[in-house]
Amino acid sequence: MSKSEDIWILGIHMTKFGKHYDLDIVDIGAEAVMGALADAGVTMKDIGVMAGGNLMGKGLGITQQIQKQVGQTGIPAYNVSNACATGATALRTAIMAVKAGETDMGLAVGVEKLAGVGLLAGGSRGEDSDEWEREGRYGAVMPIDGRIGTEIMPGVFAQVGMEYGHKYGGTSFELFARISEKNHGHSTLNPLAAYNKAMSLEQIMGDIMIAYPNTRPMCSANCDGGAAAVVVNGEKLKTLSLEQQRRAVKVTASILTSDPYEEACQVLPDVNTLTRNAANQAYEQAGVGPEDLDLVELHDCFATAELVHYDNLMLCEEGGAVDFFESGAPFRTGSKPVNVSGGLQSKGHPIAATGIANIWEVAQHVRGECGDRQIEGAKVGLAHVIGLGSACGIHILESSAL
Amino acid sequence: MTTATTISAVDYLVLDDGPPHLVANECTSCGARYFDRRNACASCFGTDFTTAKVATEGELTSFTIVAFAAPGVDVPFVAGLINCDGTTVRGNVVNIDPDPEHVKLGMKVRLVTNSLGADSQGVEAIGFAFAPAD
Repeated sequence: MSKSEDIWILGIHMTKFGKHYDLDIVDIGAEAVMGALADAGVTMKDIGVMAGGNLMGKGLGITQQIQKQVGQTGIPAYNVSNACATGATALRTAIMAVKAGETDMGLAVGVEKLAGVGLLAGGSRGEDSDEWEREGRYGAVMPIDGRIGTEIMPGVFAQVGMEYGHKYGGTSFELFARISEKNHGHSTLNPLAAYNKAMSLEQIMGDIMIAYPNTRPMCSANCDGGAAAVVVNGEKLKTLSLEQQRRAVKVTASILTSDPYEEACQVLPDVNTLTRNAANQAYEQAGVGPEDLDLVELHDCFATAELVHYDNLMLCEEGGAVDFFESGAPFRTGSKPVNVSGGLQSKGHPIAATGIANIWEVAQHVRGECGDRQIEGAKVGLAHVIGLGSACGIHILESSAL
Repeated sequence: MTTATTISAVDYLVLDDGPPHLVANECTSCGARYFDRRNACASCFGTDFTTAKVATEGELTSFTIVAFAAPGVDVPFVAGLINCDGTTVRGNVVNIDPDPEHVKLGMKVRLVTNSLGADSQGVEAIGFAFAPAD
């Protein structure tokens, strides 16, 4: 067995996102894994470690359930859970094992079935009890969602965007809706997106309001989907075919952070500091800066979230996210294309799959295999994901030198 | 008065010590404030806390107008973050039309209490929210 510091994605696959009424999470996860193995040109026999994640399913051990469909070889299996960053956490787990030299090839998978589930937090509220009694960490006598602020995700992330507007100015309902218009426009070129129709600004602003300023199309789309990746170390890669080496994508940064203490971070989740920390670490690890990125897939779980991450990922100067958007930079025709996949608002957000699917998108571009939506000449890209609670995963990918 | 006829909706809302106000667990080492019970300070890991009164007036630093929520939650309503003299509080904004023409970032608000209904024993739960200060 070989050991080396450099890590490569040998194969990666994303299933069609959308409604898969006839498939369960094992079917979708297995499809993702089979696709990644085929893309890598290897079989389960070559895999030395496997990590998987599924957030909303009831069954235990998605990793082993998928192994039972694709190949049981007795390797260590990890089941990870990190909210919307679950997929990136699974990949990071496999990467850590390979980097540590425990094995030379690892597999990660994330899969979710979400079509039609509605609001994911605050989507239901318990009944008031017959007699008031204090419960929980706040000594509440009744459920507080809607009575003391909101717990629904569209509302939480609306406040994240509005807070940025309060701090720096320049935001408006229309600005956030235009960010969504961009991503829905991008999605028309992505056949794997759950929704790939362009939407006009009028349509977006006139749609059902969920939590101002987020209307329905400005929220991530619940859908089913899976994504998987095979990672290998550099020494092992050298023993593989030239074609495998040419298509391999170098992982120049693999970072996972949690939220450090900041005033108010336990009142409204702080998705900013941990993203900025992860970005700083990732740029340092990769030896690149934001100016070197040819494309970015960032966690636009709501239109209001995309804006703040332009700043957190340092794609613009601090406080300059509105100007960055207004300059046209994050459009696919711009200088720093962001979410050319359509983003979570149109591609969809099958939670545990998202943190690998965004890496798939970047990998396809730096391989030059992204078809109609290829960003011409892309060599370096960044994939970002946030799991509320919070976890932030950032991976920077570079094309093979071959 | 022999039996309580009211109860605060959360234990950090104090109704029986002067005007209604919120209290926080304040770390005696670094001053970080928390509304839930504590094992240690998330900022400096200190384990000694004191009860601190939170200012009842503040500035609305962020908000959303929730139009779609769980069954039983009255919509639309305004949820926001209020900077109460350095301590950020989460709460609803009331006594205002729930639309972006009326609710403004940076507006001054003050703590108010509201009835959240009575239980089978007739005990009224009292909640808190924020209302325009002027």
